[in-house]
Amino acid sequence: MSTVAQAPPLAAPVRKRRRRRTIGLKYVLLLILAVIILMPVYVLLVTSFKGVIETDAAHAWSLPHLWSVDAWRQAWTQLSPNMRNSFELVIPATLLSTMLGALNGFALSKWRFPGADLVFTFFLFGMFIPYQAVMIPLTQLLTNIHFPTGIPSLIFAHIVYGIPITALIFRNYYATIPDELMEAARMDRAGMFRTFWSVVLPISMPAFVVALIWQFTSIWNDFLFAVFIVTDPSQWPVTVALNNTTGSLVTPYNLQMAAALLASAPTLVVYILLGRYFMRGLMAGALKG
Amino acid sequence: MKRIRRWGPGLLLVSPSIVLIAVFVYGLIGWNIKVSLSDWRQAQPSSGYAGLRAYRDLFHDAVWSLDLRHILIFTVVFIVGTLFVGWTLAFLLDKGVKGEGFFRAIYLFPMAVSFIASGIVWRWLMNPAPGDRETGLNAVFDHAGLHFLVNQWYLGQNWGMAAMAMPAVWALSGYIMALFLAGFRGVPEELREAARMDGASEYRVYRHVVFPHLRPVTLSALIILGHISIKVFDLIVAVGGKQLITQVPAVYMWIQIYDAQDYAKGAAIATLLLIGISVLIIPYLIFTVRSERNA
Repeated sequence: MSTVAQAPPLAAPVRKRRRRRTIGLKYVLLLILAVIILMPVYVLLVTSFKGVIETDAAHAWSLPHLWSVDAWRQAWTQLSPNMRNSFELVIPATLLSTMLGALNGFALSKWRFPGADLVFTFFLFGMFIPYQAVMIPLTQLLTNIHFPTGIPSLIFAHIVYGIPITALIFRNYYATIPDELMEAARMDRAGMFRTFWSVVLPISMPAFVVALIWQFTSIWNDFLFAVFIVTDPSQWPVTVALNNTTGSLVTPYNLQMAAALLASAPTLVVYILLGRYFMRGLMAGALKG
Repeated sequence: MKRIRRWGPGLLLVSPSIVLIAVFVYGLIGWNIKVSLSDWRQAQPSSGYAGLRAYRDLFHDAVWSLDLRHILIFTVVFIVGTLFVGWTLAFLLDKGVKGEGFFRAIYLFPMAVSFIASGIVWRWLMNPAPGDRETGLNAVFDHAGLHFLVNQWYLGQNWGMAAMAMPAVWALSGYIMALFLAGFRGVPEELREAARMDGASEYRVYRHVVFPHLRPVTLSALIILGHISIKVFDLIVAVGGKQLITQVPAVYMWIQIYDAQDYAKGAAIATLLLIGISVLIIPYLIFTVRSERNA
């Protein structure tokens, strides 16, 4: 880069050749970085299809000689109850928190009240706090009010602490809708719910996809809330169960890797199918629209 | 009256969330501070007042100082590494390459995987076992003749936390790439073109036109990475477990609750984490909301 800047003006063909070379170099770098980033996936896949004998150091990086699904079968037996728990957690929590986010985002941007920005800022802080700072009283409170333990408690926690991010996603999206649309609805004497239902909701699909994916991924992957709130192992979501099985050093590598892949499969499938929207959710998390 | 009828429903719609956030964020933060000032140091809750005792204990606690050292090393390596890799990826993609969507999808995919899952592979990749039990990256280095690179990774005596930051760099670089890419693309093409017309080389276009535009994005990236780093928990648990050699404040808090059942001390650690994050986040929030209002 700097050599180009300092070099004296070059004849056109030389410059062209040089540019072609930098473009080639660019692709080489991009490919190398892609390979490095995908390396853990290679290890996961390859090791998960090995028999237990081949998981020793001598075969560390090689492809399996004998492809085996034993580890996958074993991982499934161990984790399927927890996968089920995770689905029972993530489906209602994602749907409810996204709907709540749509309503909040709508009121905070299109049916505004005095102090709406202040309320929004007051919400946003809740997105950044370390949840450790509420965890002790939260578990105590849920016990004291006899809130149903296990998954229901976890659903509740994810809905409450998901309020800021979902409100942010929808508020950012609704900010792009012209206010005239609301005014027109008001002229027609449509009330708030009517306006939301028949004017705003039909065009909210993109924001819904972003919020649903974002909440699905973060709730599925959550470990912190689950490990503090769910004490009964039969109610553990898959992240806690995964950490528990693989944390012990006696678990063979092929089982560890198959279990890790199994536990990540739902979010990976969502990412592969809807990755574009995933990126938009990320950008919302950076407070930018 | 008419005014209230206009905005009242909006406020009513948000009010359940206002109550939930007020109680479960701000109320519980207050309650947590109260626990940190109490004498609740056993399984049974207790609300006797013990003042700043838990904080004083931490101040004299060798483990806590070690945690601070760990989180500091982790944060520096994580932030510098992620900014560097993320920036480089964005820079390489900026002018448009064939298959950009494909590359972006690869670089971003680690964000979709939990640290609990990816930590399992990283524990394997950074396995420090020597000799014929050697696996992971050490085995690669040995086969490539790079013996000097073979190391103890996250179990290294002094700088293990630098290795611990690697999986975090791996996970977050794609995110930072996305932020910087949006930053690069946010520079109006006319500005670049105008500089080129003035005879600026491509290097100078970047140096004097594009990079200055990236300052706000860099600030956002720094703050986002900083607050992730202070809170880091899952990754440490997945790779290092409860070992002292990789312990950070968030893990120490967990140990205080589950193993030591010293709730006052756990709450004090949580409060200190919150203070650390607030110092970063509150000015950022005020700045963002204010600049939005001015826009």
